[in-house]
Amino acid sequence: MATNPMHQFNVYRIGPEIKIDQIDISFTNASLFMVMSSLIILIIFNLGSIKKNIIPNKVQLLAELSYSFISKMISDTAGSKGKPYFGFIFSLFMFVLFCNMLGMLPYAFTVTSHIIVTFVLAALIFIGVTVIGFIKHGLGYLKLFVPSGVPIVLLPLIVVIEVISYLSRPISLSVRLFANMMAGHTMMKVFGGFVISLGLVGGWLPLGFSVALTGLEILVAFLQAYVFAILTCIYLNDALNLHH
Amino acid sequence: MRKRLVLYLLLSVITFVSNVYGAESEGMPQLNPEFWVSQIFWLILTFGFLFIILSKFILPKISNNLELRKSQILDNIETAEKQKIESENKIKEYETLINNSKNEARNYFNDARKKIIQDIDKKREKVEEEINLEIQNAEKEIAELKKNSPEKINKIATDTSAQLIKQLIGEEINNSSISAIVEDLSKKNKGKYYDN
Repeated sequence: MATNPMHQFNVYRIGPEIKIDQIDISFTNASLFMVMSSLIILIIFNLGSIKKNIIPNKVQLLAELSYSFISKMISDTAGSKGKPYFGFIFSLFMFVLFCNMLGMLPYAFTVTSHIIVTFVLAALIFIGVTVIGFIKHGLGYLKLFVPSGVPIVLLPLIVVIEVISYLSRPISLSVRLFANMMAGHTMMKVFGGFVISLGLVGGWLPLGFSVALTGLEILVAFLQAYVFAILTCIYLNDALNLHH
Repeated sequence: MRKRLVLYLLLSVITFVSNVYGAESEGMPQLNPEFWVSQIFWLILTFGFLFIILSKFILPKISNNLELRKSQILDNIETAEKQKIESENKIKEYETLINNSKNEARNYFNDARKKIIQDIDKKREKVEEEINLEIQNAEKEIAELKKNSPEKINKIATDTSAQLIKQLIGEEINNSSISAIVEDLSKKNKGKYYDN
């Protein structure tokens, strides 16, 4: 059923089936959009960094503004210690942003609307941040779970809550992005279906909604990428500057 | 009839429900694990590729560009400030030069005026001296003339009166008596003829 609003999230194979030891790693429409967004990012930022004009042209300005935007975001949240992780945060933000934005094109597939993709990204961040924390502070990193100034009676409870909240970070991070993207796209599809089923007579209202939702979704696409990146910065800050 | 209606309703409900379930049977494609491994594989591949290329090649270039621009702007500001200071110094030099030349000109002017005034004074003094000398000479002459004039007048008066008497009467009268009368008259009228 083409009008099923969940149909747009279907993953299907493009080209031949690729299997390594019975594991299916075929090239799918999701893979296509991941490759596309990566390539678009690389092309834009390569074009933006080739020339060394004192007064930048448009692409160069775009690249340099994004650079300083992410750079400022990291220094604001994680301080100067966060500088070595600039490349990762930058790639992360750009990847999520472009996957979200490419998903806004009609008939496009939204990579970030799949829980598995966002979860892998979030798990990568979670593991990375935990490893960095233990490398920087050793076992002292566990102090993160013991906030200072808490009465000793409450300490066992607080520690349990802190551990749970720490462990749920990857889940909240991934579900936030995935749910936002899925809900938005589903809504747009539902309103699009209303336009067709109500026809010329009553279809104008849902069409207006659809237009408004498109604007909202573009905002959400940017906002979620920003939130994803800034939460990563905050987690990184916890691991780098241990003061709770 | 009623049985038929019930059967019809039941059938339509079943078809509706089955349709809905048919749509729902797809469920959330996100939870279908068929392509999970493929998505993870391609995600790590593309994201890793993106991360490596960006952080190894592209981001350093952008940061270099930014640094370059910053340093060039700073350089430009520095040279601009240097030139500003230089120009200010030049202006100061120019002003001192102008002030000096003004002072010099004033000095020249004052010197010239003094010289001229001195010259004029000298000349005036000389002229005044000459004038005084002449005045003195003239006064001397006048005084001499004054001194001599009454005698001469008296003599002329006695001569003319002697001759007049000779013509009128035809007799010569003693000169000394005439001159005595003349002297007597001139002494009497001295204030009338001379102002002094």
